[in-house]
Amino acid sequence: MSRTVSLPPNEKQKPSRTPQVFLNARLIDPESGRDEPGGLFVQDGLIADIGPHLRRNAPEGAAVIDCQGHVLCPGLIDAQVFTGEPGQEHRETLKTASRAAAAGGVTTMVVMPDTSPVIDQVALVDFIQRRARDNAIVHVHTMAAMTRGLEGEEMTEIGLLKRAGAIAFTNGKSSIANTRVMRNVLNYAKDFDALIVHHCEDPYLSATASMNSGEVATRLGLAGVPTVAETIVVERDVRLVEKTGSRYHASTITCGQSLEVIRAAKARGLKVSCGVSINHLTLNENDVTGYRTFFKVRPPLRHEDDRRAMVEGIASGDIDIIVSSHDPQDADVKRRPFQEAADGAAGLETLLPVALRLFHSGDVGLVQLLKAMTVNPAKLLGLHSGRLKKGAIADIILVDLNEPWVVNKDLLRSRSKNSPFDEARLQGRVLRTLVAGETVYQYAGNAASLSAV
Amino acid sequence: MTKIAPAQLTRFPHRHLLSCEGLTAPDISFLLDLADKAADRNRKVDKKRNILAGRTVINLFFEASTRTQASFELAGKRLGADVMNMLVASSSVQKGETLIDTAVTLNAMRPDIIVVRHHAAGAVELLSQKVDCSVVNAGDGAHQHPTQALLDALTIRRAKGRLAGLTVAICGDILHSRVARSNIALLNAMSARVRVIAPSTLLPSNPDRLGAEVYTDMWKGLADADVVMMLRLQHERMDGAYVPSSREYFHFFGLDHEKLARAKPDALIMHPGPMNRGVEIASTVADHSRSVIRDQVEMGVAVRMAVLEALSPNLPQA
Repeated sequence: MSRTVSLPPNEKQKPSRTPQVFLNARLIDPESGRDEPGGLFVQDGLIADIGPHLRRNAPEGAAVIDCQGHVLCPGLIDAQVFTGEPGQEHRETLKTASRAAAAGGVTTMVVMPDTSPVIDQVALVDFIQRRARDNAIVHVHTMAAMTRGLEGEEMTEIGLLKRAGAIAFTNGKSSIANTRVMRNVLNYAKDFDALIVHHCEDPYLSATASMNSGEVATRLGLAGVPTVAETIVVERDVRLVEKTGSRYHASTITCGQSLEVIRAAKARGLKVSCGVSINHLTLNENDVTGYRTFFKVRPPLRHEDDRRAMVEGIASGDIDIIVSSHDPQDADVKRRPFQEAADGAAGLETLLPVALRLFHSGDVGLVQLLKAMTVNPAKLLGLHSGRLKKGAIADIILVDLNEPWVVNKDLLRSRSKNSPFDEARLQGRVLRTLVAGETVYQYAGNAASLSAV
Repeated sequence: MTKIAPAQLTRFPHRHLLSCEGLTAPDISFLLDLADKAADRNRKVDKKRNILAGRTVINLFFEASTRTQASFELAGKRLGADVMNMLVASSSVQKGETLIDTAVTLNAMRPDIIVVRHHAAGAVELLSQKVDCSVVNAGDGAHQHPTQALLDALTIRRAKGRLAGLTVAICGDILHSRVARSNIALLNAMSARVRVIAPSTLLPSNPDRLGAEVYTDMWKGLADADVVMMLRLQHERMDGAYVPSSREYFHFFGLDHEKLARAKPDALIMHPGPMNRGVEIASTVADHSRSVIRDQVEMGVAVRMAVLEALSPNLPQA
C-alpha cells in the first residue's frame, strides 16, 4: 500500500530561495508518533533537518520563524474534494479550491472526477494536471472515473489513466449497482495495482431519499435512506475483494455496521480501507431540522449513535482517513425545498478546525487525529508527503490549537459558501501553510506575532 | 388537587400557520372556538363579514386541489377579502427553482395572506421566510396540512363534545400522508389517543415516535375506537410498489362493516377526501349514518375562516 507514484508537474515547484528555520515549535509527526518541542529546517523545498536540537538554534543564514510553541505538523492530505472545473466553474475552480485548501492547512487535495465532462480519459487527467500546475497553490491529484461517464456500465482505460497520473479510480458520487461491473473493475484494476475508491449506497434504496431514514425524516415528511443501503454495498464489495484481491477503499462510511464489515475484512487480511467525512464525524441528522439544506449531504447525516461510532472508528484507527468531502454548491441550488436542493457541503477550509473538536472533546488524541489526515491518506494514495521527517517534502502547517473563532461563510475562500459550519464556534486554526517550502497561506490575524525574531 | 383552568387566549400568537407541531392546546382551542362560530354563521343567509375588508389573500397552489382551494376561496370571500387564485404549473422537475422567485414576486404585489400548497415538504416554510405577509400552509409534501387537522378536530368536537380522552384510529397510507402527521400532532396536543393502522410498507420509520400506537392489523387497531379516520391511497401505490393490489388492500385495510364493528358502536367515520370507494372505504360505510365526511367539508370552510380571522390582527395595521 505504500507504493509511491511519480510527482505530477505541479509538485515540481521552484525551491525557496532562502532557507527557513522554524524554532520553538511543538513537532508532531503522526507517522513516527513524534510529539516534542523542537525545530525544523527547510531548504530547497525539503525538510533538511528536524529535532529538539533546532528548538532554539538557527542555522547560519536561515530566515527564522518563531513558532511560539504552536504545533508544526505535516500539511493535510484531503482525499475527497469536488470542484466545478471543468464545466461548473461558477461553483469552484481548482484555483479557488486550492486557496481554500491552503487556508485550511490542506497541502494536497485529491479532486474527484464528477465534473463536466467527467474525468474518464487520459486527456482530461492531463487537463486537470495542467490547470492545477498553472493555477493551484497546493498539490493537486485527480482520481479518474472507473466507468465511462460515471455511468456504472463500461470500464475506463484504467491502465492508461493510471500511467497519465490518475491517483485512484472511483465512481464519484454514484455507486455501482451492477455487481458484474464492480467485479470486473476490481479484477482488472488489480493488474495495475490501482486503488478503487467506492461511494457505497444502494441506488435503489436511496433513489427518492433526501436524508437519513428515522424519526427526523418521519417528522419532516421527507423520504429517508436507511444505513443498511450503505452496509449492503460495503459488504458486497468486500466479498468481491475477497475473490479478486484488489486494493479497495470505501470512500465515506457513515454507520457502525459498515465499520464492522470493514473491520472484519481487515482482520481477514484484505487490502481494504475506509474513510469518513468530517461532516459525519461532527454533525447528525438533527441538524437537518428546519429543512436546512446546507446540511443536505450524500450520504446523509446519520443518527447520533452512528456519529459516535465514526468517532470511535477514528480513535481506534479502524477508519483510515478523514476527508472534507468538500462539495461547493451555489445558493441557487441550495435555496430550494429540501428534497429538490443539491447535496454537498463546502469543507476544505474548516476541515482541520472542525476536526479539532474531536481532540478538544477528548474523543480522539491529537496524533491519532492528524494521522487520519496526513500519513494515512499518503500511504493509501502512495504519496511521499504527510510526514515530518528529514528529507521529506516541506508540506508543513503551523497550527494554533486553541485560538477561538466563529466561522463566517462569507469570509471563506471557496467560491461557494455552502458551509454547514457557518456561525459555528471553533477552537484552533491554521497560522501558516507551506507547500514545498513556500508559504502559501499565513493567518493575517496573527501576522504580527509570527514576524521573524 | 387544584384544577387549573386552561389558558384563554385573546389573540392567536403566531404570524403564520405552517404546522400543527408547535401549536399548544390553547392555540388550537382558540381556533376551534372561532371556527365554531363561523360554522354557525355559515348556515345563515348572510354569511358575509368584513373582518378582512381591503385585505388581499392569494391562494398559491403548486399542486392542484379543487376542494382545498375552493374552501380557502370561500373562507376569504366570506370575510370580505379580495381573493386571487394562482395555480402554478408544476409538471417540470425544475419547479423548485422558481419557488423563491415566485415568493418574492408575489410579495411585491403586497398581499396580506398567502395560502400555499406545494408538493415538497418544507417548501411552505421556505416561502414564508421570503415574504412579509402571513403564510398559511395548505399542504406541503408529506409534511403537514394543518387546516385539515383543524377541520377534523372541529368535526370530532362538534359530534363528540370533546377531544381529550378519545381514541382516534388513523388508517391508510401514513408514510406519504401530511394529513396523518398533522392530525397526530394536533390530537396529541389535545390529549386524545392516536393509533395508526397501515401495512408496514406504508408506515414511515419510527412511527411510534410521532406519538401514536402502531398497528398493522386493522381488526386490532380499530378495537374500541371512538373515531375511524380513513386516508386516501393513491392508485399508483397499489400496483405492487407498496401494496400488491387494490383488492388485497381493501381486504385487509379497507373500512367495511365487519371491521367497523370492532370500533365503538357510536364511532365516527371520517375521510379527508377525495375517496376511493371500494379501495379504502366501502361505499355503504362512506354513506353510513355515522359518517361525518360531509360535515368535514362544511367545517373546512369554517376552520379556514377562523385561521384567516385569527391571523388578521397580527398583520401590519398601518
